[in-house]
Amino acid sequence: MATDSRAVARPAETLAAPVVRLGRLELLRRRPALLAAGAVVGLAVALVAGVALGSVAVPPDQTVAILLHRLLGLDLGVSWSAPAETIVVDLRLPRVLTAMVVGTGLAVAGATFQGLLRNPLADPYVLGTASGAALGAAIGVLVPLRWLVLEFGLVHGLAFAGALLAVFTVYRLSRTGSLGTLTGLLLTGYAVGSLLAAGLALVMYLSGQNLRQIFFFLLGGFDGASWLRLAAAAPIVLAGVLAIALRARVLNAFLLGEETALHLGVDAQRERAILLGLASLVTAAGVAVSGLVGFVGLVAPHVVRLLAGPNARAVLPVAALFGASFLAIADLVARLVGEVPVGVVTAVVGAPFFLYLLRRARTGYEL
Amino acid sequence: MTVAWPATARPTTAAPPLALEARGVSLAYRDRAALRDVDLSVAAGERLAVIGPNGAGKSSLLRCLTGLAAGAGGSVGRSGSVHLDGVPIEELDRASVARRIAVVPQQVDLPFAMRVEEVVALGRIPHEDPLRGLRERDRSAVGRAIGRVGIGHLVGRDAREISLGERQLVLLAMAIAEEAPILLLDEPTVHLDLRHQVETMELLRALNERNGVTILAVLHDLHLAAHFFPRLVVLDGGRVVADGPTETTLTAGLVRDVFGVDPAVVRLHLAAEG
Repeated sequence: MATDSRAVARPAETLAAPVVRLGRLELLRRRPALLAAGAVVGLAVALVAGVALGSVAVPPDQTVAILLHRLLGLDLGVSWSAPAETIVVDLRLPRVLTAMVVGTGLAVAGATFQGLLRNPLADPYVLGTASGAALGAAIGVLVPLRWLVLEFGLVHGLAFAGALLAVFTVYRLSRTGSLGTLTGLLLTGYAVGSLLAAGLALVMYLSGQNLRQIFFFLLGGFDGASWLRLAAAAPIVLAGVLAIALRARVLNAFLLGEETALHLGVDAQRERAILLGLASLVTAAGVAVSGLVGFVGLVAPHVVRLLAGPNARAVLPVAALFGASFLAIADLVARLVGEVPVGVVTAVVGAPFFLYLLRRARTGYEL
Repeated sequence: MTVAWPATARPTTAAPPLALEARGVSLAYRDRAALRDVDLSVAAGERLAVIGPNGAGKSSLLRCLTGLAAGAGGSVGRSGSVHLDGVPIEELDRASVARRIAVVPQQVDLPFAMRVEEVVALGRIPHEDPLRGLRERDRSAVGRAIGRVGIGHLVGRDAREISLGERQLVLLAMAIAEEAPILLLDEPTVHLDLRHQVETMELLRALNERNGVTILAVLHDLHLAAHFFPRLVVLDGGRVVADGPTETTLTAGLVRDVFGVDPAVVRLHLAAEG
């Protein structure tokens, strides 16, 4: 439950009427449950649209009937053809669900990094995850080994490992410095990221005809999605997201800085390490599955904060739902436009929004 | 141990237990000593002000008393001991310290838009149910704190858009919402106008006398310290140079020696020296 401003205002004592200047969206802020319900509806719409639409459209009623039949065992009395079921269940459903899982992970990781680093411009890649994953994947492309474990190749494995290794390195290096912890983390992240980016540039330069494959990874996409890959990545992402959501109290305590978090009873050093680890794990799993999809992790938490306020108890679950819908729709648009990389779509939507945020950041974005 | 706040709970025993006790505390940032061999005993239900020039170690003392400087991480070295209710503070976890000691920080910066009442509600974090969040009694504590500090007119405003002084009152309300038996304040009046300075001091006195809250405030304003606090602790160069009842502690010599100013500029009745 988020802070309910009406409940706060209830004890009559000396409280004046709250300043009303928030307009229609105030209702959502006061009732995060309503916002969450809306986000669930949005998620369902994204699921049906993502599965129904594509190069071959499956009628929405059949799509819903197939989904309910396969996911919940319900029978709506609508009949469908075998090819429609194959398209829905074997081709599109794993892809849409993968996009949703990755979107959830990136949104929650983004909210976590922004809250921990107290930086509205932080995203899941800010501490070197992106460059670590990219370098790992690029090396994976160049190494002529083609093992597959759970349909994951060396590219995915090295991307996962690279992302985690990069964050771990940044964290360890920043701990020995004398700068303030947060500035130290950010600057170390930037420095290590630059170093890894140089490595990536070198690998790309040396990659010859494999360049296109590396490039694909950097832009991100879900065309390689399958049930087996989803089954491998989803537990990591969802468990991480759940573990972060259970620490909403800690993220709230960090809102006023580390020292205040300590005064409010949070073991700041330990909790920061745990949350950084969880968010990095979630990010790394997402990146290994789908490459570097940008902007979801930056934008989703801001949209939710705009609607629900900064309370992590509302931000985390709603951002999780919103990130899932956003990435599923972005992937749908990417497919409909003709298999452009999903990273292009999220950036086309995300970058203008980001500019809009920057414009409002000067005055704060209280609605 | 919880304290029922609305009830009056003044300790009446002849020797009240020590709420906070520092023994031989020294603190150094790298090679610069911030505190040197500081002894300080604060009985439950006491109200005292810590004064001293800039850099005297006042904020460092607050950090030590809350156990923050305990983990000797890299550049910070600490020796001596701090006891909270007779228990070494490093043996307590942060949550139980937070339920006993509320701290009013000097200023904080807010990275995200946040409403005044949302900031105040952060004070309930030590009492919050980890899963369910704020409950009814937390909400009413927030409402009470907002009422006591008199910032009801700020409810609904973005805490980043109000004045520094108003934000200082919001932070005070946050700490009061914690309803802890000990309240530490780090220069709570620096940004306040005269009326709010006095009102804040009167609120602290009421909390202390009516609710039995132990109060330790770092203050710059000698007038406020002298008028509202029965006990003064004077820090200079990381040492306690005076500690006692305000009437006998605040002498002209002290003002001259510690602050390096002519005592005549302090329009106070200063105690005779010696």
